[in-house]
Amino acid sequence: MTFIPPKPLSIQLQSCAKTFADGTRVLEPLDLNINAGETLVLLGPSGCGKTTTLRLIAGLEQPDAGGKVLFDGEDVTQQSIEARNVGMVFQSYALFPNMTVAENVGYGLRIRKLPAAEQRARVAEMLAMMRIEALADRHIDQLSGGQRQRVALARALAVRPRALLLDEPLTALDAQLRDALRVEINLLLRRLGITTIYVTHDQTEAMTLGDRIIVMSHGRVAQTGTPREIYHQPASAFVANFIGTMNRLRGEMKADGFACAAGLLRWAGAPTASSELLFRPEDVRIMAEGEAFDLAGTVAAAFFLGDRTRLFVDVGDAQPLVVESLARCTLEVGQPVRLQVDPRGLLDL
Amino acid sequence: MILLFMPAALFFVAFFVLPMCRLFLVGGSGPTGWAAYAAILTNDGYFNALLATLGIAAATTLATLLISSIAGVFLQRHKFPGNATLVAMLTLPLAFPGVVIGFMVIMLAGRQGLIGAVSEALSGDRLVFAYSLAGLFMGYVYFSIPRTILTVMAATEKLDPRLEEAARSLGASTWRVMLDVIVPGLKPALISAGAICFATAVGAFGTAFTLATRINVLPMVIYTEFTLSANIAMAAALSFMLGAVTWLVLALARTAAGATVAAAG
Amino acid sequence: MDRKKIIFTLQLGFTLAVCAFLVVPVVLSILAGLTVNYFIGLESGLTLRWVFEVWDGYRDTIFRSVGIAMACLVITLLLGVPTAYVLARSRKRLARLIEELLVLPIAMPGLATALALIATYGALGGFRTSWAFILVGHVLFTLPFMVRSVLAVLSAIDLKTLEEGAASLGAGFRQRFFDIVLPNCRNGILAGSLMVVTLSMGEFNMTWLLHTPLTKTLPVGLADAYASLRLEIGSAYTLIFFLMIVPLLLAMQTLARPRPTRFICDDAVNDPVPETQQ
Repeated sequence: MTFIPPKPLSIQLQSCAKTFADGTRVLEPLDLNINAGETLVLLGPSGCGKTTTLRLIAGLEQPDAGGKVLFDGEDVTQQSIEARNVGMVFQSYALFPNMTVAENVGYGLRIRKLPAAEQRARVAEMLAMMRIEALADRHIDQLSGGQRQRVALARALAVRPRALLLDEPLTALDAQLRDALRVEINLLLRRLGITTIYVTHDQTEAMTLGDRIIVMSHGRVAQTGTPREIYHQPASAFVANFIGTMNRLRGEMKADGFACAAGLLRWAGAPTASSELLFRPEDVRIMAEGEAFDLAGTVAAAFFLGDRTRLFVDVGDAQPLVVESLARCTLEVGQPVRLQVDPRGLLDL
Repeated sequence: MILLFMPAALFFVAFFVLPMCRLFLVGGSGPTGWAAYAAILTNDGYFNALLATLGIAAATTLATLLISSIAGVFLQRHKFPGNATLVAMLTLPLAFPGVVIGFMVIMLAGRQGLIGAVSEALSGDRLVFAYSLAGLFMGYVYFSIPRTILTVMAATEKLDPRLEEAARSLGASTWRVMLDVIVPGLKPALISAGAICFATAVGAFGTAFTLATRINVLPMVIYTEFTLSANIAMAAALSFMLGAVTWLVLALARTAAGATVAAAG
Repeated sequence: MDRKKIIFTLQLGFTLAVCAFLVVPVVLSILAGLTVNYFIGLESGLTLRWVFEVWDGYRDTIFRSVGIAMACLVITLLLGVPTAYVLARSRKRLARLIEELLVLPIAMPGLATALALIATYGALGGFRTSWAFILVGHVLFTLPFMVRSVLAVLSAIDLKTLEEGAASLGAGFRQRFFDIVLPNCRNGILAGSLMVVTLSMGEFNMTWLLHTPLTKTLPVGLADAYASLRLEIGSAYTLIFFLMIVPLLLAMQTLARPRPTRFICDDAVNDPVPETQQ
């Protein structure tokens, strides 16, 4: 492996906002600090401003007056993308239809006027790294989606960029391929140690790939943190609901716990004034006859998902609870069921 | 960006915009002054020519659209050996100048024409209509078919077959599918193709010129005013009005079809 | 099923009749140009005499037509391709407005355009009597076709993202234009070129007013021949015109034929080098 990226880059955004020509404000003033070598994921629903942020870092858009983009402390706000030396992978890959795979991968090197021999060597190295050597002379329309993705990555990395920017690179692929490529990209990024900013709306990608995740909504940052922090300590109901599934129960805090329609939840810590508690499906256990339990409910629906069974349990609240159970669970619709909730998983927001 | 566009813009302004303005002014500079612009309506001769021109253009458009729709949809939908040859034959006259078209009309309907020979053999009467409006009509249809057929075929290709399948799954017969799905789907293309057909027929000159003699359409009137009567002001006014009519038709078609109207090709 | 067959046969018959309507006069015309005496008919025998006469008498007009068509092509390429690029990358409303303006020379009758040019530049003796005068009219008429042809191709690809991709790799505007934009509209340029040449060679309405006895083009010469000479010579002249223009039209049709798209499926297990492709 001869690929040695240049010294990892740290990136800062200071008060970067973005308003489009027709007046829509897509990004509120944003301060961002990306550490050298880390993989940062920008996560959120469509229209939250994550792609705009990426494009500001890339140099494809300019921040509104007063915003600054810094690479290793150097102000690059006025620099256009051609000069920033970042590698970018677009959602639609943007591979050049008039060139072969090898020519695509080598395009950036051609621009930099590298000697022909070195260009060839670098291209070969990139193709080998992405395991697409056999595709070198193919044209773009002869490639499958997964192959195009690899070519796009190879092309972006060939120029030894200071940072790698990925705009929803896996969205266009089908589920099975996405799973496989997610792992591959993860290994690749760890091996390269290059500063990476990854934009996605898929939380599984975010959790798998990100050292840190920034959850965005309506042009603002909702929460910044590691995958575990985001998952277990969501800062708001939005974040809690965006990541994974969240159960909610309404009730009232009492002396011995949180009383709700179906029973009593054991609450650790200082009493909360909240009228609603949230918890993840995996923090709920199905108890057998005779065992202690917190809630009593009825099975409303049961879905066999292959590796597990997902139950929807009616507990007298507006929404049924989602409970993950063993694959070979035999509970049927209408049967009574007893649940216990781990107090460590309870959240009040 | 602007730099790229400059040469074309300059050319356009110098050789089209300016001359058009000049033409407009020339039109009002003759002995009758600005009244020349109203002459197209007030003068009997000109008015008749205008009616003849609009009439023949309308007739051409209807006939062409009908013929092109039937043949175009048929060729696009049914792939059989020889299909490509037929398409090639139908689009061949695409760039024939009016002169050649006029000659074709003479070949078919002139004094020695094929139609005359056939009709003489069948009924004893030699049918000769090349030098009348009927002959002109035939000529106009001749050069309009290739253009409209291409547009119809392109539009038919873009029709979503799933819409027809949905209609059939709901019980619609072939005829109803044609009326309710295909024709509405082709409507924008038909409108735009029809508009170009109309505009081209209104402004066509070469064919009428070749067939000359008794045909009284506006382009011929303009030509005679310019060359024989040296009445450039009237020629200018009439041709400007002719252009305005054409542009109006195309603009109306654009709003009706909702997309940019493509002129031929 | 029977009903469907009847409809098919009727439609086929109709289409064949239309084809005959379009093709038969062409055939008749070609024959007339090769017949010794048109009024006697085929019995008088076939000859190439008329064709040679036309060639002798009108060779320079034919070359002039070709020359003007080539010059027209060069100018429309230089003016039209950049315009198409600007339109492809511009905001919707501005692009629409410019497209509307560009269509005007086609919407206006050739007569009107020619009169306008004469009225404005007729006094410039040198310009008026040169073939450049005709060339200007031809360019006005054919430029929208070139622009539209290239624009159609450019609009079908995501030009903005491709350019951003090239920019992210360091390519400046000039490099992007020659490396990415031009190669990807090659088909549009080719189709547009054929269109321009074909239209220029066949243009009559404008040229008839713009020409002088010294700057005749092929269609103009054709009109002359019909008016003043034997029918056979006019027909032979038409034959030569067909010989020049039919190959161009056929080439245009071949280009227009859509190429079949292939779908290549991903196989997550065998990726990245599947042995077979669908």
